[in-house]
Amino acid sequence: MDLPLIWSAIIALGVFMYVLLDGFDLGVGILFPLVRAKRDRDAMMNSVAPIWDGNETWLILGGASLLGAFPLAYATLLPAFYIPIMVMLFGLIFRGVAFEFRFKSTLRWPWWDASFFLGSLVATVMQGILLGAFITGVPVEAIEAGNWRYTGGALDWLTPFNLMCGAGLACGYALLGATWLVLKTEGHLQRFSYRAAWWLAGLVAVFLVVVSLWTPFAHPAIRERWFSWPNLLYLSPVPLVTGAVVLALFAALHRRRETAPFVLTMALFALSFLGLAISLWPYVVPRALTIWDAASPRDSQIFLLVGVAFLLPIILGYTVYSYRVFRGKVSEGYH
Amino acid sequence: MDLDVLLLSRLQFAFTIGFHILFPTLTIGLGLFLVVLEAQWLFRRDELAYRLLRFWSGIFALAFGVGVVSGLVLSYQLGTNWSRFSTFTGNLLGPIISYEVLTAFFLEAGFLGILLFGWHRVGPRVHFFATCMVALGTIISAFWILSGNSWMQTPAGFAIEGGRVVATDWWAAVFNPSFPYRFAHMVMACLLSTSLVVGGIAAWYLLKGVHEEFARRAFSLALWMALLAAPAQVVIGDLHGLNTLHHQPVKVAAMEALWETEAPAPFVVFAIPDQEGERNHAELSIPYLGSLILTHSLDGAVKGLKEVPPQDRPPVAIVFFAFRLMVGLGMLFVLVAVLGLVLRRGGALYRARWFQRLCVAVSPLGFVALLAGWTVTEVGRQPWVVYGLQRTADGVSLLPAASVATTLALFLLAYSVLLTAFLIFFFRMVRRGPDYATDPPHFQDKARTLYGRA
Repeated sequence: MDLPLIWSAIIALGVFMYVLLDGFDLGVGILFPLVRAKRDRDAMMNSVAPIWDGNETWLILGGASLLGAFPLAYATLLPAFYIPIMVMLFGLIFRGVAFEFRFKSTLRWPWWDASFFLGSLVATVMQGILLGAFITGVPVEAIEAGNWRYTGGALDWLTPFNLMCGAGLACGYALLGATWLVLKTEGHLQRFSYRAAWWLAGLVAVFLVVVSLWTPFAHPAIRERWFSWPNLLYLSPVPLVTGAVVLALFAALHRRRETAPFVLTMALFALSFLGLAISLWPYVVPRALTIWDAASPRDSQIFLLVGVAFLLPIILGYTVYSYRVFRGKVSEGYH
Repeated sequence: MDLDVLLLSRLQFAFTIGFHILFPTLTIGLGLFLVVLEAQWLFRRDELAYRLLRFWSGIFALAFGVGVVSGLVLSYQLGTNWSRFSTFTGNLLGPIISYEVLTAFFLEAGFLGILLFGWHRVGPRVHFFATCMVALGTIISAFWILSGNSWMQTPAGFAIEGGRVVATDWWAAVFNPSFPYRFAHMVMACLLSTSLVVGGIAAWYLLKGVHEEFARRAFSLALWMALLAAPAQVVIGDLHGLNTLHHQPVKVAAMEALWETEAPAPFVVFAIPDQEGERNHAELSIPYLGSLILTHSLDGAVKGLKEVPPQDRPPVAIVFFAFRLMVGLGMLFVLVAVLGLVLRRGGALYRARWFQRLCVAVSPLGFVALLAGWTVTEVGRQPWVVYGLQRTADGVSLLPAASVATTLALFLLAYSVLLTAFLIFFFRMVRRGPDYATDPPHFQDKARTLYGRA
C-alpha cells in the first residue's frame, strides 16, 4: 500500500473541499461592495453565516494533515511563503470576525462591511498568489539533518504570473459566490447575482485560457507533461471538457436555472484542480521534494489514516446535514 | 540576526497564543453552561433557563468567532515561524494536531450553525444534541492540544531517527506523564474563569437592580460552579505541581526561586531573584514549608537551580512572580466561592452588596490567573521547546528579521482592534441584558418547529 499516495489524495481532497466551500463564502465577501442596500447585504451574509466556520475548518485540516503526513513539505513551504500566508491570515481574521461584529455594530460608517469585503478579497488574492508561487516552485537547499531551507527572498512571490493567479482566483471565487447567491436568494438580489455571474464567467474563461497557456510556456517541465506524445492525447479531454462546462454555464445562466450554475462552477473548479494536479505530480514541493521524499514515517501515516477513514465520512455526514438544515432561500435572516 | 528572529518569533507566538487562549477559555466554560441550561429548558420547560441560554449563546458566538480566527493563525505559525521545530516533531505532533481538527474543529463548526441559527429549523431535541456536540467539541479540542503541549513538556513514546522524532507508542505519547494533570488543570481553569464572568455579570445586574429574576438564577448557578471548580483546582494544581517536580524539577526550582538543593527546603514568600548572581535579594522565607508544599513531607529534598548549568535555566524572576500571581488569585477565588456558599443562607447572597461588588471585581481575574499559569509552564520549561530534546533557539525558522518584526507589529495592531471591538460588543450585550420579547420555540407544534419560520 503506497501510503504517501493515499495521503496526497486525502490532502488534495481537503484542499479541494476548502477551495469549493470557503470559495463561495469568500466570493460572497468579494461581491459585497457591488451590492449597496443593507437588506441585501444582510441576506448575503446570512446565506453563509451558519456554515462559513465549517468551510474554513478545511483549511486548518489542510495545514494540519500536511504537517502530519508530509512534515518536510510543511516545514519547507510555510517559511518560504511567510508573507503571503501571514497576509492571508490577516484577511481571514478580519472577514471572520465580521460575521459576528457586523450585526452588532452601530457605527455610522460600515467598517465591518469593509472588513468583510477587504478581508475576503485579500485572503483570496493571497491564496491565488500562493497557488502561483507553488506552481513556480521554490528554491531550497538541504541543511542539517533532514532539514530543508528556503533560499529565495522574502518578496520572491511578487511576480506577474503569481499576481495574475491572484486576480484569476478572485474572479473564480466571486463566480462561486454569485452562483451560490443565485441558489440562495430571490428577487432583485438574485437578478444581480445572475448578471454578476455572467460577467464573472466570462472573466474566469479568459483567465483559464491565459493560465493554461502561460503555465506551460513558463515551465518546461509542465510543457513536457502536457504536450508530449501520447500525453497530449490522453490529457486532451481535460481542456475540452472544461470548455464544454464553460458553455453549459453560460447556457444555464441564460436560461435562469437556479442550481445548475453553482454545480457547473464547482465542476469548473474540479477540472482546474485536476489540471493542476496533472501539471505538478508527483511533487509536494514542486521540483524539489516528491511526496515520497517528504512523507512522515509509515507509522505516523497509518495512525492518522485510521482516524481519517473512520472520521471523514462522519464529518461529511453532519456537514451535509447542517447544509440541509439551512437549505432553501435565505429569508428574514437568522441574526 | 538569528537571535533577533528568535526573540521576535517568540514574542509573536507568545502574544498570538496568549490572545487566542482567552477565547477558548470562555467557550469551553460557556459550552458546559449552555448544556446545563438547555437541559433545564428541554426537560423542565423552564423558560428562565431558555432566556439565560439565549443570552449566553450570544456571548458564546462572539467569543467563538474571535477564537476561530485567532486559532487559525496558530496552526500555520508552527510552520511559518517554527519550521525546524515542525521538522523535528512533525511525525508525532502532526497527527495529534490533525486529530484535533478531525474530532473537534469539524464537530464544533458543524453544529455551531444549528446552535446559533437553528432554533426554528430543527426540533428541540436535535437542537439540544447540537449544543452538546459543540460543547463536546470544545473539550475534545482541549484534549488534543494539551496532549501535544504536554508531550513537548514531558516527551514519551518516541525514538529519534535521523535527527527527527518518530512515535514508537502512540498511547504513551498521547497520554504522556504530564498530560492528565495539565488537561484537568486547564479544563478546570476554563470552568472557573467562566463561572467568575457569569457570576460577575449577574452581580452587576443585582447591584443595578435590573433583570432581577434572571440575575439571581445566573448568580446562583455561577457560584455553584465556582464552588465546585475553585477548591478542585487547588487540589489538581497541587497534583500537577508534584508531577512537575518529578519530571521538570528545574521549572519547580524557578517557580520557588530555590537556587540550592535543600532538605528541608524553605518556602520563599517573596524575593527578587538575581539570574546573574544566582541568588535572591530581599528574600522572605518560611523554613520547612517548601518541603511540605512540594513533597508533602517536612524534610523532603527539593532540587535547586544550581543543579543545572546556567544556560539550562529558565528566566527565574518571570516564573517566580507569575506563579505567585496565579496561586494568590486561586486562593482569592476559593474565598469568593466559599463566601458565596455561606451567604446562601436565607438568601443573603442577593442582598449583600459588598459581596456582589467583590464578584464584579474578580470577574475578569480568572483570565489573569490563566495567563499567569501559562507563563509559569511555558517560560518555566525554557530554554527547551521540547523538554530536554530541542532548544527553542534550534526550533525557529530562519526568516528575515524584518518579516517577523512587520507581522508582529501587525498582530499587535490587529488584535488590539479585535479585543477593543470584542469588549465593546460584549459590554453592549451585557448592558442590553436578556431578550424577553421573542417567544421561545414551541415543543408540540412539530410542523412549525421543523420547517416553519426561519
